Amino acid sequence: MNITVNGDSIEVPAGHTLANLVMDLAVGDQRIAIEVNEQIVPRSTYEAYNLKPGDHVEVVTAIGGG
Amino acid sequence: MSKLQPIAESIDDALTIAGVEYSSRLLIGTGKYKDLEETRQAVEASGAQIVTVAIRRTNVGQNRDEPNLLDVIPPDQYTILPNTAGCYTAKDAVRTCQMARELLDGHALVKLEVLGDEKTLFPDVAATLVAAEKLIKDGFEVMVYTNDDPIIAKELAEMGCVAVMPLAAPIGSGLGIRNPYNIRFILEDAIVPILVDAGVGTASDAAIAMELGCDGVLMNTAIAAAQNPVRMAIAMRKAIEAGREAFLAGRMPRKRYASASSPDKDW
Repeated sequence: MNITVNGDSIEVPAGHTLANLVMDLAVGDQRIAIEVNEQIVPRSTYEAYNLKPGDHVEVVTAIGGG
Repeated sequence: MSKLQPIAESIDDALTIAGVEYSSRLLIGTGKYKDLEETRQAVEASGAQIVTVAIRRTNVGQNRDEPNLLDVIPPDQYTILPNTAGCYTAKDAVRTCQMARELLDGHALVKLEVLGDEKTLFPDVAATLVAAEKLIKDGFEVMVYTNDDPIIAKELAEMGCVAVMPLAAPIGSGLGIRNPYNIRFILEDAIVPILVDAGVGTASDAAIAMELGCDGVLMNTAIAAAQNPVRMAIAMRKAIEAGREAFLAGRMPRKRYASASSPDKDW
């Protein structure tokens, strides 16, 4: 199925969870936060969160800024 | 012969924000440094305890092994102040704060800025008020960037913002305190800490802000864009301390004519 991650359209297997996606993204041990369709998804629920076709996922982290 | 008694340093002159005491009144940003090592050194040299960060999309899959900002500014050693820089609507700013809270495990302290225009980076004050109200209702502790308008500053404080941070000059301009009279008006009515945020260019600007009676100064470019950022971080730490001490000491009155420092000559 097709989902959008940080503006890029990507293919993931049906039944992919948010935890699976985080593994795919190779963000390493960075602290991240994730929003799906403009709703924050708490880290503790990534395992149980099933992605759906067309989901818009935003993955953010802290970077330098003033 | 009596021993010289050192004057007690103002150790109990803490800056209290949202119930937490800080000994440093210098808050610094982490943008525009050459690399993370320079960021780390500048933050350390500045003595800042509150450090701002931005929230942005991760570079998916590209930087697995690169160190990241929170490794060099560990949240257990610094108070991380996520900002909403780059947000031009209240909605965007609120979303950014919510993401920051998730990212930092429930951390409630945020720096709210809702910008109005890319050229000036002046705040969109109407949108700032809307965002501040939403965030406060949602349990955030809001340090708010605003313009140097005393009426708005008062409204933001009364609404429940934990600190009000008027600009001294446009963000990144280094023009210094353009309107000390307005800053002074804001200070006169202050019910929460007032920090100058943005516009400081060099150490004397920071000292002037503190001599006016500001509770602190938040800066980024003045340090990061200096020829030697680490050295400027040290200068800023000293300027903030000197300005604060001068404010607490109370300056002498200005006089139009000379007044000899030595007694009249009597022989």
